[in-house]
Amino acid sequence: MSSPETFEAMPVDPVEMRKARAIKREKIGRWLLPLIVVVLTIVGWDRMVVINEIPHYIIPRPGRVLQALIEDWSLLIGSLGTTLTITFSALAIAIIGGVGIAVLFAQSKWIEMSFFPYAVILQVTPIIVIAPLIFIYVDSKFAGLLICAWIVAFFPILSNTTLGLNSADHNLRDMMKLYGASRWQTLRFLRLPAALPFFLGGLKIAGGLSLIGAIVAEFVAGTGGIGSGLAFRILEASYRLNIPRMFAAIILISLTGVLIFMFMTFLSWLFLHKWHESAIKRES
Amino acid sequence: MGDKALLSIQQIGKTFSNGTVALQGMSMDIEQGSFVSLLGPSGCGKSTVLKIIAGLGNLTTGRVEWPTAQVDHLGRPDHEISFVFQEPTLMQWATVFENVWLPLRLKGASRRNAKDQVEEALDMVGLKDFATSYPRELSGGMKMRVSIARALVTRPKLLLMDEPFAALDEITRFKLNNDLLHLWEKFNWTVIFVTHSVFESAYLSSRIVVMAARPGRVVADIDVPAPYPRGEDFRTSNDYNRYCREASDALHSAMQAGDHL
Ligand SMILES: Nc1ncnc2c1ncn2[C@@H]1O[C@H](COP(=O)(O)OP(=O)(O)O)[C@@H](O)[C@H]1O
Ligand SMILES: [Mg+2]
Repeated sequence: MSSPETFEAMPVDPVEMRKARAIKREKIGRWLLPLIVVVLTIVGWDRMVVINEIPHYIIPRPGRVLQALIEDWSLLIGSLGTTLTITFSALAIAIIGGVGIAVLFAQSKWIEMSFFPYAVILQVTPIIVIAPLIFIYVDSKFAGLLICAWIVAFFPILSNTTLGLNSADHNLRDMMKLYGASRWQTLRFLRLPAALPFFLGGLKIAGGLSLIGAIVAEFVAGTGGIGSGLAFRILEASYRLNIPRMFAAIILISLTGVLIFMFMTFLSWLFLHKWHESAIKRES
Repeated sequence: MGDKALLSIQQIGKTFSNGTVALQGMSMDIEQGSFVSLLGPSGCGKSTVLKIIAGLGNLTTGRVEWPTAQVDHLGRPDHEISFVFQEPTLMQWATVFENVWLPLRLKGASRRNAKDQVEEALDMVGLKDFATSYPRELSGGMKMRVSIARALVTRPKLLLMDEPFAALDEITRFKLNNDLLHLWEKFNWTVIFVTHSVFESAYLSSRIVVMAARPGRVVADIDVPAPYPRGEDFRTSNDYNRYCREASDALHSAMQAGDHL
């Protein structure tokens, strides 16, 4: 048999060169522009406080917030650790639970039809109104926090993975049947890989939500017991009118959220860049 | 001939749950080693027949028999059947090698055990240098070749092809036509090839079965006794033209028979 089509290399033309330069510029801009905007925001914030003579116990200047961040670092980093422990434990259980339940749903339409509404109800009921009940019923504060964060995080994983498992190409399914694949083999070789991009999309959302879930639950749980997460620090600082520390804690939470999102984006890229449309750089 | 047929379809009918009568009273015998084209207008039930032969769809009436094979409780023969779909139907997340390995993997063959057979199949379709590529890196024609390699890797006795080249450009299609014929002559499979192209069916097959729609049935059965190997000179011969005209006439009357489309 003859070899398949091959292409000869062509000399690069000016249009292509211009395109290459544009791509380079875009690469730099992607980092530089947000950085400039952040710096301008901080400068603007500082000027606004100074010009309007706003007292530091209402809005502190950025320098003061930085100072609080440095001075309270050991306190805040400990709290961040607590919050992160809850966030990632909840996320882990959400992944196991979400994927597990999605696989169960994929085995039987009847199971899916019966139980999917529960998942929806859990999702649409605001966690802030369920959390107090959970802390009444569950003795361990850690477990309570975990349950709250889990409820918030697991739905996107469940619904996306369910959609993904059902989106495998029907011709490929026929082929599996033709070759006598077992249920498990069809799941392993076809449905789970087909669901991967959907799952990763869900994970990206769930990562941020598990942090939000953990923080909201900490707020509800209040100041008693072992509660020493970042939300607890914010509450505590607000009672003491320690506004700079509140800002510092908020900034830490946002940064954490951004880092989680970036990590999930990287994870998506890692698993998908070789084959999935969403992760492939197009040349046109 | 005179041998027992590989496959005997007897008075099969298929009515879908929405009331569509896709097939009615369709019969044909497929000889061992023949290259049969199923030619017919779109919607006449060609895909439905193939799926039924492959055991992927159930019958409303009639029977499919395998006179030379042992059949299991589902009526499926004990030898390999392979299916090539109109789209390449590859697993996007898997390399070319892994795609072709799949049928063997499902039977429990490890990567190492399957290696020789997979490489042989890739070699047959001229893709052995592309084992580590992903489907998206290949052209349409190359994807189709992978799909064919996957069908061949189990060394099937019967190859079912559902308009496999319909989505390809003409040059690529001619090339794949020729390569497919070479493989068929070499390995002596039985091929049932669905197409809606008169020219393709006359070029490839030893027999053309023409179908009409609503309900799907056989309206003509044309022998194409031209010798193999067939090449470009066959494509320009008078014989070829005659077979094309014969098939084309049969197709026209088939379309008129089902003209309430
Ligand atoms: N799953 C299905 N449910 C209902 N009708 C179907 C289904 N599959 C095919 N049909 C109908 O059966 C007829 C034959 O379909 P098909 O075998 O796909 O035709 P062809 O492959 O010749 O184009 C068509 O009218 C089509 O609409
Ligand atoms: Mg069809």
